[in-house]
Amino acid sequence: MSQDTIYFFWDCLQYLINGIAQGSLYAIVALGYTMVYGIIRLVNFAHGEFLMLGAFCGYFALRFQLPMPVAILASMIGAGIVALIVERFLYRPIRGEGRIPALITAIGASLFFQYTGQLVFGADPKTIPPVFTEVIYNFGEVNVSNIQVFIFGLTLFILFFLWWLTHFTKIGVAMRATSFNLKAAELMGINTNKIIAFTFFLGAALAGLAGILMGYTMSVDPMMGMSLGLKAFVAAVVGGIGIIPGAAIGGFILGIAENMVAGLYKSSFRDGVSFFILIIILLIKPSGILGKNVKEKV
Amino acid sequence: MTTPALLNIDNVTMRFGGLTAVKNVTISVGKTDLVAVIGPNGAGKTTLFNTITGIYSPTEGSVTLDGQKISAKKASDITKLGIARTFQNIRLFNNLSVIDNIRIARHTRINYSFFDGIFKTKKYRQEEKLITEESLKLLELFHLADKKDLLAKNLPYGAQRKLEMARALATRPKLLLLDEPAAGMNPTETKELSELIHFIRDQFQIAVILIEHDMNLVMGIAEKIFVLDYGNLIAEGAAKDIQNNPKVIEAYLGADIDTGH
Amino acid sequence: MDYYLQILSNVGIFITLTLSLNLINGYCGQFSLGHAGFWGVGAYASAVYGVFFALPIDPTLNMIIAVSIGFLAAALCGLLIGIPCLRLKGDYLAIATIGFSEILRIIIMNTESIGGPRGFTAIPKWTNAYWVWGMVVLTTIFMLNLKRSAFGRAIISIREDEIAAETMGINLFRYKLFAFIIGAGIAGIAGSLVAHDQQFLHPNNFSFMWSVSILVMVILGGQGSVTGSIVGAIILTILPEVLKLIGSDISTWRVSIYAALMIILMLTRPQGIFGPYELFEKKRMQKGRA
Repeated sequence: MSQDTIYFFWDCLQYLINGIAQGSLYAIVALGYTMVYGIIRLVNFAHGEFLMLGAFCGYFALRFQLPMPVAILASMIGAGIVALIVERFLYRPIRGEGRIPALITAIGASLFFQYTGQLVFGADPKTIPPVFTEVIYNFGEVNVSNIQVFIFGLTLFILFFLWWLTHFTKIGVAMRATSFNLKAAELMGINTNKIIAFTFFLGAALAGLAGILMGYTMSVDPMMGMSLGLKAFVAAVVGGIGIIPGAAIGGFILGIAENMVAGLYKSSFRDGVSFFILIIILLIKPSGILGKNVKEKV
Repeated sequence: MTTPALLNIDNVTMRFGGLTAVKNVTISVGKTDLVAVIGPNGAGKTTLFNTITGIYSPTEGSVTLDGQKISAKKASDITKLGIARTFQNIRLFNNLSVIDNIRIARHTRINYSFFDGIFKTKKYRQEEKLITEESLKLLELFHLADKKDLLAKNLPYGAQRKLEMARALATRPKLLLLDEPAAGMNPTETKELSELIHFIRDQFQIAVILIEHDMNLVMGIAEKIFVLDYGNLIAEGAAKDIQNNPKVIEAYLGADIDTGH
Repeated sequence: MDYYLQILSNVGIFITLTLSLNLINGYCGQFSLGHAGFWGVGAYASAVYGVFFALPIDPTLNMIIAVSIGFLAAALCGLLIGIPCLRLKGDYLAIATIGFSEILRIIIMNTESIGGPRGFTAIPKWTNAYWVWGMVVLTTIFMLNLKRSAFGRAIISIREDEIAAETMGINLFRYKLFAFIIGAGIAGIAGSLVAHDQQFLHPNNFSFMWSVSILVMVILGGQGSVTGSIVGAIILTILPEVLKLIGSDISTWRVSIYAALMIILMLTRPQGIFGPYELFEKKRMQKGRA
């Protein structure tokens, strides 16, 4: 093999690693998306804005000289509280009205937070001063940072946590029951309003976590949730919407594909990759990689 | 008593994953028969209707109408060939007027082109006039003509059931499937309904299959009854035979411990 | 004068766009979130014709060719997206149409020959507000006549109940695809009118935000109502101009107000101003008198 070919493979490996790190963030956001969709069949367009508002909570916490763990907690709880408010006052009143009013409300909420955010926080991106010292490990020609390793590890931990939650806790079983059949779950004595609110809180808290991590590695701005939210949704669809491991798989696929395209072809096409993958998935297997085809009951 | 065969359901099996909803069912219905399919809840009756009308395609076996195989066809094509149905939970076009509900059912027999419609040509106007007249006639048969401009969702429940039947008939079927037409009706309404079903069969000279839980209705009008239980066809015959069939009694009242399955 | 002519032209364009989305969303009940993308395809396709391939003929004839190209290009994109997505139930169409309009924007941004991120300039001026309003009249008649024909009724029955429509002998996929392609094509015509009226195109004029704006116009007026679409488009095209007159403070809050309006509308009157009916049609139906 020539020197060029060897370098090509090293490059690919580097993009793969960067892709996994970025895909981890997509996966965390997609998990929240997929949980909310799984429970009330709503494409929550405002999910990206939960992420953005969470990131701002963390940003302000750090501005007030609070330590990083507190800032992360602030992001998660802040995003969660916003989600609880949105769910209670916007989504719940129209839950029985059908798909389209709910989708429009979600889009409305998303736009409201984006543009009001620009007016309140300012449209300029805000950077968070480094808290950790970044350590780069070298493996041959490939670099891996400790932050990348941390994010990847965190994603695996979250996946494990959600698996444990949905299978071994009372509230998790109630969540699965509600997502399987809301009416029946209600008849079994499950307080479905509470379960739905909890799912929103949990999903948004994960979004807030992803938000502060994004903000830390890049910057915080009111529009950050928009494209990230859409991509996370694509990730959820690619993996199989409503399926928790599917969201993670979709996230990793998207992250890797984006980095490969940006690195090997043209970085300005990075944002188109996810939608391209989406259309391919819709052509080949619309229910997603882990999805099953279900028949409508007549 | 039976007329030449119209519909043949031949060894039909319908499986959903591990669940077999309909198992090796063979039924034959004549050209002007009025028959009923009964069975406990979850016996596979509606699933059978769905496989006949093309909403599902059967896992095994075949369905033929007038000698033509229909079991792999789309629901809309099966309607064109002459099967119409109503639904257990009424499915009207709620935000449209009563008469528009009927007009839509004429869809397979529209004689003007898209451009006739957009440019409102003479052909369009004539055809629409005809459609309106025919639709009104049909509504009159069902005593709904005075409600023609009401929205379907604003009709009382009994009238909605009638409209759904009228709409099904507007497709000019050879075979009409009624899925629990008496559900939610009181005894007087049920009696009217049984007269109406008889009237439909005699007036339009078509075959009717109904799924029904109301035994008075079924025993009163069905010339032949098919009994499904757990997806199996366990009995068929005239009302009297069915009433005394031990298998049917077992299915409805539960298995005897000693002989139970 | 120019300013008012510009607004007049804008109102006409948005009425056409709203009517075309109303066919997809209001008549057929399909949820498209990329309508601005079809608008953009029509605009760029006919602008490419105007700049690079224009024939040395009368501008009116050239405009007719440009409009046809705008229609065909957008309808073709509608076909390519519709085929995979319209067979599926659920929200796939919404997401795929967003995806399509984003991909389109990225492609335009990366194509230098049509101006890339700087915008497409020097498009020949072949049209004006009168053409636009001619198109508004044609589209309105088309939509009303369609609604009263068997084909329109078939499309509307799909919105009401897919399974019932199918058992009436209506081929769901064919009619959904038909509504989607025609809707996309008419948006493409609106695009070619914009291109040759304003003589300048920018990829950001066809972003997601604009798809949402058109959707809100449909919903404000009432999904399925032609009258509603026209009223919705007029209100929401003139409102920002009025806000500008009141003061720049309110104008900066434009999108926030828009978004709040969307939410309030859904919470209080999700059927919009007219519901699915035309002007005066509803009273008649409630009374049950023709």
